[in-house]
Order: sequence, then structure tokens, then C-alpha cells
Amino acid sequence: MATSDLITPAPNTWCPGCGNFAIEHALKDVLTGMIDGGTPREEFVLVTGIGCHGKMADYLGINSFYAIHGRTIPVATGIALANPDLRVICCAGDGDCYGEGLEHLVFAAKRNVDITLIIHDNRVYGLTTGQYTPTSPLGFPGRSTPAGSPEYPLNPLALMVATGASFVARGYSRRLPQLRQLIRDGLSHRGLSFLEILQVCASFFNQTAYYDEHAYDLDPSEFPTRDVDRALRVAREWDYSTDSRIPLGALYRTRLPTYQEHLAAHRAGTRDPASAIRGFLDERR
Amino acid sequence: MLIGGRAGEGINRASAVLNRLMARLGRYVYMYYDYPSLIRGGHNFAIVRSADRPIGTHRERVDAVIALDRETVRQHASRLSPGGVLLFDSSVVRESVGVPVPLDEALDAEGAPPITRNSGMIGAFCRAAGIPWSLVETVFEREFGRHAGINLRVARRSFEMVEERIRIPRIDRRPLPVLTGNEAIALGLVRGGLDTYIAYPMTPTSSILHLLAGFASRTALSVVHPESEIAVILMALGGAYAGSRCAVGTSGGGFCLMTEGLSLSGMAEVPVVIVLGQRPGPSTGLPTYSCQTELLFARHAGQGEFPRLIAAPADASEAYVWSARALELAWRFQVPAILLADKTLCEGGYSAVIDPDLRVAAPDDRNAMMPGEPYLRYRITPDGVSPLRTVPSAGDVIKVNSYEHDESGTTTEDAEISAAMQRKRREKARTLGEALRAYETVDVSGPDTARVGVVTWGSTAGAVREAVDEQPLRLVRPIVLEPFPTEAFRAAVDGLERLIVVEQNWTGQLEQLMRLHGFGADGRVHRFDGRPFTVEEIVSRLAEVV
Repeated sequence: MATSDLITPAPNTWCPGCGNFAIEHALKDVLTGMIDGGTPREEFVLVTGIGCHGKMADYLGINSFYAIHGRTIPVATGIALANPDLRVICCAGDGDCYGEGLEHLVFAAKRNVDITLIIHDNRVYGLTTGQYTPTSPLGFPGRSTPAGSPEYPLNPLALMVATGASFVARGYSRRLPQLRQLIRDGLSHRGLSFLEILQVCASFFNQTAYYDEHAYDLDPSEFPTRDVDRALRVAREWDYSTDSRIPLGALYRTRLPTYQEHLAAHRAGTRDPASAIRGFLDERR
Repeated sequence: MLIGGRAGEGINRASAVLNRLMARLGRYVYMYYDYPSLIRGGHNFAIVRSADRPIGTHRERVDAVIALDRETVRQHASRLSPGGVLLFDSSVVRESVGVPVPLDEALDAEGAPPITRNSGMIGAFCRAAGIPWSLVETVFEREFGRHAGINLRVARRSFEMVEERIRIPRIDRRPLPVLTGNEAIALGLVRGGLDTYIAYPMTPTSSILHLLAGFASRTALSVVHPESEIAVILMALGGAYAGSRCAVGTSGGGFCLMTEGLSLSGMAEVPVVIVLGQRPGPSTGLPTYSCQTELLFARHAGQGEFPRLIAAPADASEAYVWSARALELAWRFQVPAILLADKTLCEGGYSAVIDPDLRVAAPDDRNAMMPGEPYLRYRITPDGVSPLRTVPSAGDVIKVNSYEHDESGTTTEDAEISAAMQRKRREKARTLGEALRAYETVDVSGPDTARVGVVTWGSTAGAVREAVDEQPLRLVRPIVLEPFPTEAFRAAVDGLERLIVVEQNWTGQLEQLMRLHGFGADGRVHRFDGRPFTVEEIVSRLAEVV
């Protein structure tokens, strides 16, 4: 099947200047390369949540499960368990994945399930028109917090390194070549790949100038590291609230047996239900 | 017989031994297990009843009380029928009428640990009930395996401490296995082609999770215990999308968390089977007791309007069949299917007739490839059912969507397409209802001359059936509750002048459902203390309303 139709004819409704365009095209470019390189297109599955990011499901011409708010990860986990050969990509928003669905994120990392998470972190609810999210800065004047957000932001990179994700990276929607590379690395990594993408929201929280000024690339000769302490230090360099430099790139990577591998090791036996049932009944007589 | 003791004294195990003993006497068995929500202490008891005909309930009266503690004597001695026997552990119960069994002596003589006290009481009971020692040996060996030795030695000591008092008639028949409802549900799911079972532990369905987890090593089954019931149902939907037949199990509280996933299943047309074991609420309620309070919740759960299947089996044999069938129907019609059980059924024991070769219909041939046409996940068809394909499917792009969508699965807000998709789902509900006519959806028994019908559902049928057998009444029991089998129900109540509805709740949920479909009730019998009805209670309360 040709890759020319990887972008569907569905009319695009993102705002002009939205960071989602860059993420969509980075993902499309990576998929094109992999499909041209021989990976069957039907082996890719995209799971999205609800929010502006979710429209990726309509716009990308691959298998997709347009799920519900906060619940991308359990859907993706179910798919990956049913068929470990599938390449499961899970696009989720920050409100979606760090707010409503945070428990699933922690458990995905804890299990090291073999899926690739792409978090479209624009640090604001866009589709519901501008409320603070778990990664909005302290004092963020959202529509539900007109006097400023009274909460400290969550640091998702530190959380992911601490809870067991085996590949942790940060990208930025205005650094396309790096973004493509991170997605490619995430898809080829076996285990949970966590890609946090700083994405500008053109309408409700345009941080373009701030990110352009503060972002820097991690030294590829030093990162990604397998050293949790070093990775955590880098993850904590920016706390999503106070001014500091923002490291970009892959910061942590290790190889651990995946959830699927652990489960497969426990599975054996017959596919014949009747004989399994007969065996059970005989024991109960 | 009733055996009771403190939690942790192995009452459940003892009742399993009694089940096997009665089954091997060729008798039909029913077991009721009553226990509080704690690990140690508290009062546990089990009633093991046997008969020469199929039974699905216990009675108020018992022919033997086997007491491992004083509480059992205090609470249950009065249930003893005339001529019945009370056996008590005279090491802990100092004063009682009945037959003393000095268990300390038996254990001391064998140097046995306290955990074998239950075996000691069973040994004494077997002698008192005239059960031959050879049968005791066989049953202990099957039940305890390599731990049979010490248990048998203790049982033998106490076997010799008492004399024969009653005699349980033996029936010449191959013993039927005694299964809990949960075991039958688990086997039925396996029969229905289950690939993956996903659950968060919750009484009364936890033992399905345990049983299938043990099964996973001998079948190709996956069993997953995730972080919450929210994750449970979403994982199941992900699995189904990727071609895995998934079922989940929970109780009311967990089902609350599943409702957003249930609605997603309805919209995305991704099938799932939900085993919902009812226990009394609201909220945490009585975790280890029983009720019938989630019928309307199961029927209405989830935002929006979408078709679903709800079936409420009455006993283990029926639970096996409907679990298999729920999987079959859920996948055939791409709907959520709810198997509505309760603690009485889930954890009660039943002599079960299980056909390991039960025929489960093959997948619909409409799912075959249609060459030359692009695959449309939500293709509009005359019966509302679209061809189902799962990922990966070579050459296809399969899109499922929680938003309203067009035939390809792409989000839409178009009025015409939205209405067409709502009609498609409505049509599917109708098609499902028609397909159900092929099955027995309403159980009817009793004389044609009956003028009064007793309507009930689920496990309550066990007690109602026996009560009705003794009187000129007709039992009418819908097994399928959604889509409501209106035609079959109408035929079942034909000729009746009055309908009495018996159910274990106080709002009359089945009665409300009947009214919705044009069937009024003339009387009702409700119970809502978490304990199942007994036959005697139904008889006397029916007498009040009939």
C-alpha cells in the first residue's frame, strides 16, 4: 500500500500555528520511512485520547482507536498484549495523560509495556478553551484559575524516570529533525518509550519565544544515560514553572524485559477449550 | 447439613469435602456459604444440602449441625429438624445437647495441627450419617491431594468416636461435579472462546480471576489484573480491537468505574463481556452478601443510547451456557454483554451439568473479505451489523472511534450521518432481540391450570422453584433481561390472572422493567438483608400475597 495517503482527506481543524501540525508531520515522516523500509502499514496502531491532539486519529491514515479522555494507555496496553507484534503508538495530551489518566501512565512505566507514548504537552486545555493543566506553571491564569493556578506543576520526565519507563525523552514541536529522531528511537525501543513533546498552543498558551530562548540539546555523547540519578538531575533542570534552561533530547534509556515478555513466559498449554474444561470437571468429581 | 466455625477454621474447605461426599452418594447438591468480610475470627458457616432431584437453594431446616465453635451451636441449633443430629467439638463447646466430639483427643493422638479440626468434624459427621469409611478416604484424597494423610488420620480418629445416627440414601448414578457459579462462569467463558480475562479483585467475582489465572498455564489464556476497573475495561476494549476475545469481572462498585468504558464499547462497537456479581449496596455495603439491585443500573449504565445484552442465569449449569453465549453474542453483534450474577450464585455450589463440547456458533460469514471494496468499520447494513475485522488486517485501515463517526470511523458532526449512525445502532438492537428468539430466554414451569404466576430472576429462582412446586403456581423467569424478551414473556404469562414478583431488592427492579414492557404486577415479595430467600420463607410470604 502506498504511503502517499498517510494523511487522510479529513478536513484539518487545528488552529493556524498549532504545534500539532509539526507532531503530525514528524510522525507521518517516520511512518513513511518505516513502511518504505518494509514494516507493513497495518502493523501500526495509533491510540489517541480526547483533546486537540486526538484529531491525529482522523488525520493519519493508519489503524486508529480514538479512545476517551485519559484512557489511551489502557487501550494501547490491551492492544499490545493481544498482539505483541503490533507497533502501538499512543498520542495523548497533558490534561489527558497527566490529569485524568495519570494512574495509567505510572502503571505503563511500572510495567515497561512495549508501547510508544507521545505526549502533546501544550500545558493548557485547548479544546475546552484554556484551563490550567498538570504542567501549567504556578500562577497560570487559566479560565478555571483566573487568579492564577495555585498548584505546582508536575514534572513528567522525573516521574517517568522514577517509575520505571525504559526510554524517556523530551522534544519540541519547533525542532523537527530531533522530533523525528526521537519518534524513530521510541518506536524501535522495546519497552515503554515516553516522549514528552513541548507543543505550542497558538490560541491559549503560546510559549514559542520562551521555548526558543531556553531550550538546548543534550550532549549526545552523554545522553541518553542508563544512570537513573544522572537522568533525574537532567529531568529536574527545568521544573515547568521557574525560569531555567530546558534540556531537549533522549535523557534515559535502558533495556529491561517488557510486560509482554513477562506475560508470554507464563503462557503455555492447549488452545482446545473442551479438553481444558473436561480436565477441570474430572478433578471436581 | 450446616457446618460452622470461626473464619480461618476452614469452613469453606469443609463444605467442599461435604459437597464431594454428597455428590459421590449420587445426590444433587446445593451449597450456601455465609461469611463476613474479614480474614480471621467472625462466624462462618456453610449449608450443604443434597436431594434426589436438582436443587438450587437451601432450606431453613437442616438435618445436621456440625459445630466447630459455640457460636454455631448458639445461632443454628434451633434450625435442626426433628430427628436431626448436632455434632459439636466438645474441646471448645463445653455444654450442649447433641453428640460431643472431643477433637483435642483426636488431634493430640495424631500430633496434628489445628487446621485439621474441620477434617475431624467431618470424620465424626460421616460416621453419624452412615457414610462408609472407604468413601471418606476417596473424597479426602481427591480434595486434599498430598495433604490427605494427616487430615484422614484425624478424621478416622473422630469417625470412631461416634455412632451412626442418621442415614443419607445413596442413589446409583455417576456423580455430578459440584461447581460454584464462578467456576461455571469461568468454564463457560473458556468454552465461548475467551482469549483474555481482565479483572481487579472484588467480591463476589474474585474467584473467577483466581481460577482463570490458574487455568492460564494450561490453556493459551491471558489473565491480567490491572490498576483499576477503569483500566480493566479499557484494556479489554483494546484487546478486542486487536482480535482478542476479552471478558472482565467485577461487582457494583467496580462496574461504576467501568461505565465510561461501557459507553465507549457501545459507541465504538467494540465488544466486551462483563461479569457483574451483585452484592448489597449502596457503596461498600455488605461485601460478602447477596442482592439483586443492579438490574436497572446494568440496563442504564453509560451515557447515550446503545444496544447491550443482559442475561441473568439462575444456577451453575445455566451460568456456563450463558457465559459462553454472552461471548458469542457480544462478538456477533459487537455490543457489550453483561452477565448479571450475584453472590449467591457466584459463591454458591451447585451440581452442574456441563457439556464441554457445547456448540458455540461460528463467527458470522458476513465478516469475510469483500474484495475490491475498501474496508469500512461502520458500514451501514440492513440489520445494523457491520462486518467486523480486527487489526492487523492486510491492506485495511481499521478506525474505531468514541466520537460520532462516519462509515470509515472518521469523526463527524454532520446531522444526517449522526442520525444514520444512531439508526444503525438502533437497528442492531432490534437484530439482537430477534436473534435471541433462537434461545430459551424465559424459563416457565408449573401446571397449565395455574392462575397465579410467580415471576423472578437470577439465583432467587432456586428457592422460588421449590416453593412453587408445592403449589398450583406457575414460575416465570426471564433469563435475558435486555433486550427484554417481550414475546416470550407474554407467552409465559398467558392465562395467568395474577403476577407476583419475587426479588432481592426493595424497589422492585424486575417489576419496573416488566411495567415498561406492558406487564403489571399484582403483588411482590422482597428481601433486602443480604441473605438469600429460603424455600420456607417464599412459601409463607407467597401465602400472604396470593
